[in-house]
Amino acid sequence: MMSKTWQKPLLAVLLVLAIVFPMLAANDYYIYVMSLAYIMAIAAVGLNLILGYTGQLNLAHAGFMAIGAYTVGILTVDYGVPYWVAFVVAGALSAIIGFFAGLLSLRLKGHFFSIFTLCVGFMIYLIIEKWDALTHGTVGIIDIPAPTGVGPIRFDNTWAQYYLVLFFLVVSLWLMSRIVNSLLGRAFIAIRNGEDLAETLGINLMRTKVLAFVLSTFYAGMAGALYAGFVRFIGPAMALESHTFDMIAFILVGGIGTLFGPLLGAILLTWLTQSLQFLQDFRMIVFGPLLILLVMFFPQGLIGYWRERQARRAAASVQDRRLQRSVVGPQQEVGTNA
Amino acid sequence: MLEIQGLTKRFGGLTAVRDVTTTFDKGRINAIIGPNGAGKTTFFNLVSGYHKPTSGRIIFDGQDVTGLRPDQVAKLGVARTFQSTTLFDKATVLDNLIVGHRLRTTSTFWDVVLNTSRLREDEHRCRAKAEEVLDFVGLSSVAHHLAADISQEERKRVAFALALATDPKIVLLDEPAGGVNPEETLGLAELIRKMIRKGLTVCLIEHKMDMIMSLADKIVVLDHGEMIAEGTPAQIRSDQRVIEAYLGADYAAA
Amino acid sequence: MNIFFQQVLNGLTLGSVYALVALGLTLVYGILHIPNFAHGALYMVGAYMAFYLVGSLGANYWVAMAGAALVVALLAVLSDRFIFHRLRNAPPLHDMIAAIGLLLFLEAGIQAIWGAEFHRLAPPYPQIVRLFDLVAPAQRLIIIAAAFGLMFVLHLFLTRTLTGSTIIAMAQNREGASLVGIDATKVSVITFAISGALAAVAATLFAPINLIYPSMGHLVIMKAFVIIILGGMGSIPGAIVGGLVIGFAESFGAFYVSTNYKDIIAFALLVLILSFRPQGLFPSGARA
Repeated sequence: MMSKTWQKPLLAVLLVLAIVFPMLAANDYYIYVMSLAYIMAIAAVGLNLILGYTGQLNLAHAGFMAIGAYTVGILTVDYGVPYWVAFVVAGALSAIIGFFAGLLSLRLKGHFFSIFTLCVGFMIYLIIEKWDALTHGTVGIIDIPAPTGVGPIRFDNTWAQYYLVLFFLVVSLWLMSRIVNSLLGRAFIAIRNGEDLAETLGINLMRTKVLAFVLSTFYAGMAGALYAGFVRFIGPAMALESHTFDMIAFILVGGIGTLFGPLLGAILLTWLTQSLQFLQDFRMIVFGPLLILLVMFFPQGLIGYWRERQARRAAASVQDRRLQRSVVGPQQEVGTNA
Repeated sequence: MLEIQGLTKRFGGLTAVRDVTTTFDKGRINAIIGPNGAGKTTFFNLVSGYHKPTSGRIIFDGQDVTGLRPDQVAKLGVARTFQSTTLFDKATVLDNLIVGHRLRTTSTFWDVVLNTSRLREDEHRCRAKAEEVLDFVGLSSVAHHLAADISQEERKRVAFALALATDPKIVLLDEPAGGVNPEETLGLAELIRKMIRKGLTVCLIEHKMDMIMSLADKIVVLDHGEMIAEGTPAQIRSDQRVIEAYLGADYAAA
Repeated sequence: MNIFFQQVLNGLTLGSVYALVALGLTLVYGILHIPNFAHGALYMVGAYMAFYLVGSLGANYWVAMAGAALVVALLAVLSDRFIFHRLRNAPPLHDMIAAIGLLLFLEAGIQAIWGAEFHRLAPPYPQIVRLFDLVAPAQRLIIIAAAFGLMFVLHLFLTRTLTGSTIIAMAQNREGASLVGIDATKVSVITFAISGALAAVAATLFAPINLIYPSMGHLVIMKAFVIIILGGMGSIPGAIVGGLVIGFAESFGAFYVSTNYKDIIAFALLVLILSFRPQGLFPSGARA
């Protein structure tokens, strides 16, 4: 809301930085890592909608990302479906499964919802692992084709794929900013603040929560579909809850319930684990305590902290202006029933 | 306006509200009093749709609303406040109020994606409504304060404003003056009268007897879930059962 | 007959292990309203402790079990004092995320020390017991006997001692309990200690006929959650009955339906039941 004047230039600078990043990067591997961070950020942005804005801890999110990835993997590898057709189907299928899962799980509140979704995620994992005939079981799917070219643009190299992923990231963030800054977003936030009060304000709890859930699973599915075409190998482990936990860590570090928090967290933590190679397998030795310390001492995250300061400063400046005005023209703001 | 017929609510073996029949007239201030655990808040929860009654009917504005969901009841024009209101502390007071008028708007998810004129119109109306009700409760001066920074009494007023933003016909207030000082209580009482002047109907639960006696047109007394008396403050004050059950000998003497 | 008996035996073994894990989870939930996602990791640490004590220090099986129980109980108490207790006024989301953080840390920590590979605890009682024409591995009988013995002791503790009845009282009514002046700190320390010890004992009992690896707690904790949702959060009989129901469903499901999908049975049951009864089977203990 506030500080709109310099928000736009800042965003423009960030976008330019993202665009020139491949030219500045020392090697293709860095571009690859950054692309991966963007893909995880898209999934995390989706999780943030249901977790950060609507206040429901969905622990099946990685499962929905896996559904998107497997849809692309199975359709392209086993059925020869063109990548982009599979891509669209992946988004739609994740959202449809998300709709039914949401309908079922959102009848439960608070802790029960989280426990239930933990089980839903694990079921997705087990089904992927056990249903050999469809999913190739524990072997996973290899040799997934890269996204096919669109017009003159081809996506068979790291650079092109980076820009493709960046494009979807920007679209994701743009759509999310539309959603969370609209009346709909206010309804989500109202539910997070208190379901009873939200209902009293005439918000249909079930319908609104299911919508948030479906949108978040749609984001997960799209991220999964991009992942499949980018990494080109997928295994059942991507549905495991530990990947949901990764995304929760991204969101908490960057700022829960903020638009750019998940992106900031995804980039920071991805580079942190990359630069500390020995951490690869043991990143959770650091992430685990980090999660605990964050919720104990810094629950609002980096962007949340920054925004809080902004909000406070803005509120203070409005107050100042009002004080000055009331000196000039007294009685203006006095309540009618004073 | 609001007609209650034989309303009963049982939780397991416990009867929280037993066979209550009464009416709340339009444009009046109605009060529900009774000792703690008398079933007052349960009564509100029944009327506003949080609990489904075990038996009995609730007629609002000529329409049977028994068993409707809270959001459906709200759309028909029943607003309520809670004993404590959780606001989004990191947003401004005005921001907190905008969602209050959402139920009177029609824009959908696709309007959001396409950023249609209907959505912009709706958002404009919600903002205007928020400003209007904030002005009505006398809080325009704190519109841009963070919700975390306002006083207890201002919180109470914001809760009123949030209820009013839904464009209700009747407002149910759960302990509107709980936790505020006597002077502020007078201000809130005046605000309630102002709501009546605007054409609203009010129904409140309150423990502050002075406030009730001077404010209410009609009082309903609950005790152990049963209605033991109803009438004007004067009738209630002299009702023997009420004096025994609730007001106590001290009050009768005073 | 024999095959059917084997399935009953399997069901009882699984069910009693699940029940022990679910009991600890439900006690903590009943008293502190924390769904302790790290409980499965405590179970896993218990198995590793027993493995270490027996394998590296050559301890007796039962001594190792006591040692594992002690270490994990301490770990559980520390997690309460340093994490959950400090978050008692935070939004419920924070408890859950902190529990997840603890889970991640314990798993990665164990993996850093012992690696990701499978380990085995040498069976202390490899004998086969024969009775008429029925055969049973001794370890399974030990699991069942020890688990039910422990549940009986727990029952005595909860019903016959002052501390135990305080825990029950607090599980039933937190606000009421604090009004009566119950020492909440003491109760939560004891509850966490019991829940940790139960998890470690369950893991040590089960370890000789199972594999030990860092993520071994995942399935168990999720099944334990299923059990306490079905049995009513905070309900002790619910956890025992629920544990046995899931244990039998799995052993018979694996035999008559499919071994491959036996792990899904518990979750399918959960989905099915919650679709028709969102408040669980025994809603009295459930609080949203």
